Amino acid sequence: MRLAEIVRLSAEHLWLVAIAVFAAVVIAAPSAVILTRRPRLRRWTLGVVNVVQTVPSLAVFGFLLPLPFLGGVGKPTAIVALILYALLPILRNMVVGILGVDAGVRESAVAMGMTDGQILWGVELPLAFPTILAGIRIATVTTIGTATIAAAIGGGGLGTFVFRGIAMADTTTILAGAVPAALMAIAADEALGWIERRFSF
Amino acid sequence: MAALVEFRAVTYQIGGREILHGIDLCVQESETVALLGRSGSGKTTLLKMVNRLVEPTSGEVRFEGKPVTDWDPIRLRRRMGYVIQEGGLFPHATVAENVGLVPKLEGWPEERIRARTRELLDAMGMPAPVYGSRHPRQLSGGEKQRVGIARALAADPPLLLLDEPFAALDPVTRFEMQQRFARLRRAFGKTALFVTHDIREALMLGTRIALLKEGRLEIVARADEFVQARSPEATAFLATLGEGTLDGSHATG
Repeated sequence: MRLAEIVRLSAEHLWLVAIAVFAAVVIAAPSAVILTRRPRLRRWTLGVVNVVQTVPSLAVFGFLLPLPFLGGVGKPTAIVALILYALLPILRNMVVGILGVDAGVRESAVAMGMTDGQILWGVELPLAFPTILAGIRIATVTTIGTATIAAAIGGGGLGTFVFRGIAMADTTTILAGAVPAALMAIAADEALGWIERRFSF
Repeated sequence: MAALVEFRAVTYQIGGREILHGIDLCVQESETVALLGRSGSGKTTLLKMVNRLVEPTSGEVRFEGKPVTDWDPIRLRRRMGYVIQEGGLFPHATVAENVGLVPKLEGWPEERIRARTRELLDAMGMPAPVYGSRHPRQLSGGEKQRVGIARALAADPPLLLLDEPFAALDPVTRFEMQQRFARLRRAFGKTALFVTHDIREALMLGTRIALLKEGRLEIVARADEFVQARSPEATAFLATLGEGTLDGSHATG
């Protein structure tokens, strides 16, 4: 275990998290907009996504292993599992943020003759932005933690040290994975929190 | 004079409950009609039928002689300003951006939007260099309301719809706003439909007063006639004025 390996695995870890969170945002954004316009679909979808969230992360990795295309040992499986986890906080905060726009503000927008698209881009999304960003922040921080478990199915990242350390009963090796992951989570929390405050009204 | 807004046998039901029954009412050009009534009398619902935020269950609403259902809703709404309590301003936009919103939607050139915004903010006693770049959270209640009115006037619509715009203000600010509004409305020559539960406000600002009781029009009268009205609900409202004000001296609108 050398510094070079810590740096390499940290970069790999960060890469896993970035891809998973980015993909989750890309999936969540249009879904959230649709869900804010369809109350019944919203209840169902958020219910299902909630259930996914309650399944222990190690079990999700396990479930995905035997699946064709998605499954198998390696990074793709790990990323799919991480996306599933990042999805709920992002989707929920997008929906809550958009629905939370003050009724008087929304009514004024309609009454001034704004189209549905203009209201979405000009009113709802800007006003929901801090809430949406908070969802992305929560998802990022938890994904940094969950991603350590990805090493169990060959996902790589800082979890590699953690599992190796457990196998060798070597605390130093475990910490070589755990400490950078913790620092990464704190840094992400601070950075995204700062952006969030800058865009609050 | 042509009727700018016309309600014909308008009824509205929701969940089996009748909110409005057979309303017939005309708003003539350049007059201000005050829709007066208690909470739940249906006055706000009636107002929202003009810009199609609410659709009548039966009957018809006409604007500029054409049923509102024949209008493209976007075009219809851009021909009428809308002001609600607290103004309904966009919290993420500056005062100038709020005022210039409809002109911008209408594709006016930047320079013309700026000039119009400046003119309206001046008319509201809120000079653009001082207030233009502020956000709504930095304004007092009265200032927000003035910006709300400026925004409603921005694209020069022939009609203003106002839903208890001054109800949330303290009495002194409210009185100042009412006077300012009366002056402005005359200066800009706008037609207005005005929802209120305050008879003083209705007498002060309304050319005519339409009194709603439980979804029915009880009386429609000029302000100076209204103070003589003897119908039960009119009497109830007039009683809130107290002594010495029943001579119609408040009817300045």
